[in-house]
Amino acid sequence: MSPSVTNPERLEGWNRPPLIETDGEGELLELAMGPHHPSTHGVFRMDLALDGERVVRLKPVFGYLHRNHEKIAEKVSYLASMPYTDRLDYICSLTNNWAYALAVEKLVGQSVPERAEYLRVIVGELTRVQNHASSIGFLLQEMGASGTPLMYAFREREKILDLFESLTGSRMMCNYMRFGGCRVDASPAWLEATRKVVTALPAFVDEFERFLSGSEIVMARCQGVGILKPELAVNAGVTGPMLRASGVNYDIRKVDHYGIYDRFKFRVPLGAVGDIYDRYMVRILEIRQSIGILEQALKEIPGGPVMDPKAKIRGFRPKPGEAYGRIESPKGELGFYLISDGGPNPYRYRVRPPSLINLTILEDMCLGSNVADVVLIFGSVDIVLGEVDR
Amino acid sequence: MKSVEEIKAAIEAAVPGAGVTIVSNPGPSGQHSLRLSPEHAVKVGTFLRDDADLALDFLSNATGVDYLDKEIVEKVKVTRQVTKTMDGVEQTVEETVEETRKRIEPGYLETVYHLFSVAKKHGPVTLRMRTVNRSDQVELPSLTPVWRSAEFQEREIFDLFGVVFKGHPDLRRLLMWDEFKDHPMRRDYVDPDDYEYEPTPHDEVLTRAAAHRAGAAAGEGAGQ
Repeated sequence: MSPSVTNPERLEGWNRPPLIETDGEGELLELAMGPHHPSTHGVFRMDLALDGERVVRLKPVFGYLHRNHEKIAEKVSYLASMPYTDRLDYICSLTNNWAYALAVEKLVGQSVPERAEYLRVIVGELTRVQNHASSIGFLLQEMGASGTPLMYAFREREKILDLFESLTGSRMMCNYMRFGGCRVDASPAWLEATRKVVTALPAFVDEFERFLSGSEIVMARCQGVGILKPELAVNAGVTGPMLRASGVNYDIRKVDHYGIYDRFKFRVPLGAVGDIYDRYMVRILEIRQSIGILEQALKEIPGGPVMDPKAKIRGFRPKPGEAYGRIESPKGELGFYLISDGGPNPYRYRVRPPSLINLTILEDMCLGSNVADVVLIFGSVDIVLGEVDR
Repeated sequence: MKSVEEIKAAIEAAVPGAGVTIVSNPGPSGQHSLRLSPEHAVKVGTFLRDDADLALDFLSNATGVDYLDKEIVEKVKVTRQVTKTMDGVEQTVEETVEETRKRIEPGYLETVYHLFSVAKKHGPVTLRMRTVNRSDQVELPSLTPVWRSAEFQEREIFDLFGVVFKGHPDLRRLLMWDEFKDHPMRRDYVDPDDYEYEPTPHDEVLTRAAAHRAGAAAGEGAGQ
């Protein structure tokens, strides 16, 4: 028996599955992949049991980045948590802001002015574009395409982050939305610059696809690997591009029509097989749909205020009650559940993290594949540890 | 989408004696919830998932809420016999006095589940369950056998709130380390005073650390 990576005495009393017994024919190798493995996108560990190259067990270990975001948020006022939501999924801070603002607006029955809704859609879709582009870049990096595809993606991301910086003052920690609108208005010059960036985006996607979609290596490594069946995906609460790559038509922008998403024409790309290649393809197609939404939003954006003048900022105390608000973030369904007891800070503040819940089926997808594929399957889930561990 | 009352009626028709109560939400969001009795929760969950009209096949969010013991102060009118000396003669008189009584209403842990339907595209339906108290009777049935997405979320509730889920396939701590003893999301949780590392030690932390070390040396409980 190989030496165990965990000490069973330490784990007494915790209903941990027993260490694997060998059947005498060969030995299973226990391998701790992470927490500092370069493919884990942060600090995350997978405890693998290997039979030769084949994975026979995979247990994810969380908590390396845990700082109890929810407890901290319950000790401060509602607004004070807004900058902290940036740090959940730090690639997509604006959609985190949006989900939190939406939940609080549901809690207090706050309306949002037209222009602010358009600005939310614009920054939200820009976030989706740069998240999907960089997640594909990371996937290719893990496939061994060292650096180049990631830098192509980061070149576009940089242009979008520059837009965020000139609008919100920060590239990644944007802290842009408020309950009842947005913090600052966009200048005509900013909208013009955004139009320019959006017009240039399709050429980038075409270029990206020309190199990747038909690449023999990408197809050989991705097709038929890490298949997720639609029934399991729904039952396991998988959301976002992962779910749609399995062929389930569920996009919260279409289902809930939160904000003003019922005004835009866009289609929901679906996969047929549910493998890594489908997830890659769904993300590429979602970038194209987002570009379409951006073009419509930038054309139609009206004038007017960006904050509801009736929105209460000082002495913000929602009446007792609760609300669950959710949006389609680039990673999946990002929800906030809030309970108010009438005080200035939330009685209960809960983040529904898509990254964590999408990992529920990681073991199911990896069983039977080899370690090199585990890296790819894990990369195709697209997680950010700041949100997984909170 | 059916209203909460209709869903309650449907559950009670399908699972006799399910014991569902409606918890109304006074806020503007209008998301009312159904409180289930723990004995029937798995059956009710299976019904909600498999019913053709409801088809709540997607458990989105599972979380816990902690409610502390509440001290309730009541004023009660009590009649009792008092011996008084009136005009030099001892007499027993009945007297009505107002007394303040304190009663402790035990707190509880609550689990909240938000359900949606992917097939029918409706939701949310909110389910709640309560434990008997917060100390020794904290068991609730696990809904992981019905919806797999509860697997990690129930582990998180177990970790941070201390609800023990019966029927969960792999109930371990999710975010805190295995040796950790307390449940940090409970409202009466006290931060440990022996921080292992403080990047910029300042007076307050150093004082607390010194007090902790002195206490630990004297054999008091060493905190976490």
